[in-house]
Amino acid sequence: MDEPNTFSGQITKMFKVFAIHIVGSFRDLVPIMGLILVFQLVVVRQPFPNVVDMIIGLVLVILGLALFIMGLEIGLFPIGETMAEAFARKGSLFWLLLFGFALGFSTTIAEPALIAVTKEASVVAAKGKFISADSGSMKAYALGLRITVALSVGVAILVGLIRILKGWPIQVLIIGGYVVVMIITVFAPKEIIGIAYDSGGVTTSTVTVPLVTALGVGLAATIRGRNPLVDGFGLIAFASLLPMIFVMLYGMVVFR
Amino acid sequence: MDLITKFTNTLTLTVKDILPVLALLVFFQLVILRKPLPNWKRVTLGFLFVLLGLTLFLDGLEMALFPLGKVMAKQLSAPEFIFGTKTVPSGAAWYNYFWVFVFGALIGFATTIAEPALIAVSFKAQEVSRGGLNQWGLRLAVATGVAIGIGIGTFRIVTGTPLYLYIIGGYVIVMIQTIFAPREIIPLAYDSGGVTTSTVTVPLVAALGLGLTETVPGREPAIDGFGLIAFASVFPIMTMMGYAQIVQWITKRRLRTTREG
Repeated sequence: MDEPNTFSGQITKMFKVFAIHIVGSFRDLVPIMGLILVFQLVVVRQPFPNVVDMIIGLVLVILGLALFIMGLEIGLFPIGETMAEAFARKGSLFWLLLFGFALGFSTTIAEPALIAVTKEASVVAAKGKFISADSGSMKAYALGLRITVALSVGVAILVGLIRILKGWPIQVLIIGGYVVVMIITVFAPKEIIGIAYDSGGVTTSTVTVPLVTALGVGLAATIRGRNPLVDGFGLIAFASLLPMIFVMLYGMVVFR
Repeated sequence: MDLITKFTNTLTLTVKDILPVLALLVFFQLVILRKPLPNWKRVTLGFLFVLLGLTLFLDGLEMALFPLGKVMAKQLSAPEFIFGTKTVPSGAAWYNYFWVFVFGALIGFATTIAEPALIAVSFKAQEVSRGGLNQWGLRLAVATGVAIGIGIGTFRIVTGTPLYLYIIGGYVIVMIQTIFAPREIIPLAYDSGGVTTSTVTVPLVAALGLGLTETVPGREPAIDGFGLIAFASVFPIMTMMGYAQIVQWITKRRLRTTREG
C-alpha cells in the first residue's frame, strides 16, 4: 500500500475510509430500520414517540460505530494480529497463555454490547429489589458483572489455546461445559439465569471476535498436523460458554 | 447543552474502559516481545477514534436502540393493539401475540444477515474449507437460526415458561447433532452461536425482551426479560450443523449418481 506523504493527502485518505465505514454502518442498520418502518406503517399504525430523539440517536450510533471500527482497524487490529502471530511463534507456553488470557479479559471489558447490557441488568435488578436502588450499588453490580464476564472470557481463551496445542476434540469440552451449565442452573438463583445465559452471546462481538479468531487460526497454522478449520475455530465457542457458568456463580454469591 | 454534558460524561467513562486495553497492548509489545510499537502515531490515532466512536455509540444506543426495541415490544403487545381493549381480556391466548413472534423472528434475520462479524467468519470458513462451504449458505443458515431462536424466545416470554427448559433442550439437540455432523463444521458451528449476537443486535433484542415483560401481564423483568440473546446463540448452532449435514448428504448422493451414470 502506498501511503500519501503530504498531510492533506493523508487527511483526504482518512475521510475516504471514514465515508466507507459510514456507509458500512448505515447498511447494517438499514434492514432493521426498514423492518421497523414497515411494521409501523402496516401493522401497528400508531404514533411513534420521540421520533426526533431516535433519529439523533441513530445518527450517533452510525457515526460512533463507523469511528469505532475505523479506530480498531487502524490502531488495534494490526498490533493485535501481529502480536498474536508473534506469541504463537515465540514458543513460550507461559507467555502465550498469559497473552491469551489478557486478550480475552481486556477485549471483553471494552465490549460496547456488554457495557450496555450490564447497565440495563443493574436497572432491572434494582427495580426488582434484588440490589439496592442507589446509583453506587447499581454501578458496582454492573461492573461486577462485567469483570466476571471478562474473567470468564480470559479463562475461556486460555482453555481454548491449550485445546489447540493438545489437539483435544472440541465436542468433548463443549458438551462437558453444557453439562456443567445444566448442573449449576439447578443451584443458581432464578433472577440471574436470564442474564447469565445472555452473557454468553453478549461477550463476543465487535472487539473480541476478530482478534480471538486471528489468535486461534494463527496458532493452529504454526503447529504441524493441525487443520486451521478444525483447530483454529472454537475459541469463540468457549468464550460464549464459560461466561454462563461464571455469571451464575456470581449470582449465587451476590443474591445470597 | 444536555447532549454535550451527556457526551462528556460518557467520554470519561469510556476512557476508563479503554485505558486498560491500551496499557496491556503496550506492556506486551515493549516488555515481553521487546519490540518498538510499529507506527505509534497510527496506533494513537486509532485509539482516539475508538474512544470517540464508542462514546457516540453508547450515547446513541441509549437514545435510539434501547427505546426502539422497547417501543416496538410495547406497541405490538399492547392490549389496545391486540384486543382493542384497555386491559388484557381473561381469555387471552399465546397466539394473540402472533405479531410479536413475527417481528422477533424478522428482526433476528435482518440483523444477522448483515452482521460484519458473521460475514468475516463465514468468509474465513469458505477460505479454509477451499470452497466446500458456501459463504452465503453459511450466512443464510445462521440468520435462519437466529430468526427461529428469537421467535421462540418471544414465545417463551409471552407464555412465561422457564428459560432453562428451552436452552437445555437446545443443548441436548446440539449434542445429538454433534454425533452426526461432519467433523470440520463442528468448531465453526459452535462459534457461529457467539458470532451472531453483536453490537447492534444485542441492545435492540435485549430491549425487545424487557419491553415485552412490561406489557404482558404477570411477567417479571429480571426473570422473564432476559434470555433472547441466549436463544439467538443456541439456535444458529443447530441450523449451521443442519446446513453442513445437508451439504454432505447432497455431495454424497451426487458422487454416487455420477459413479453409477
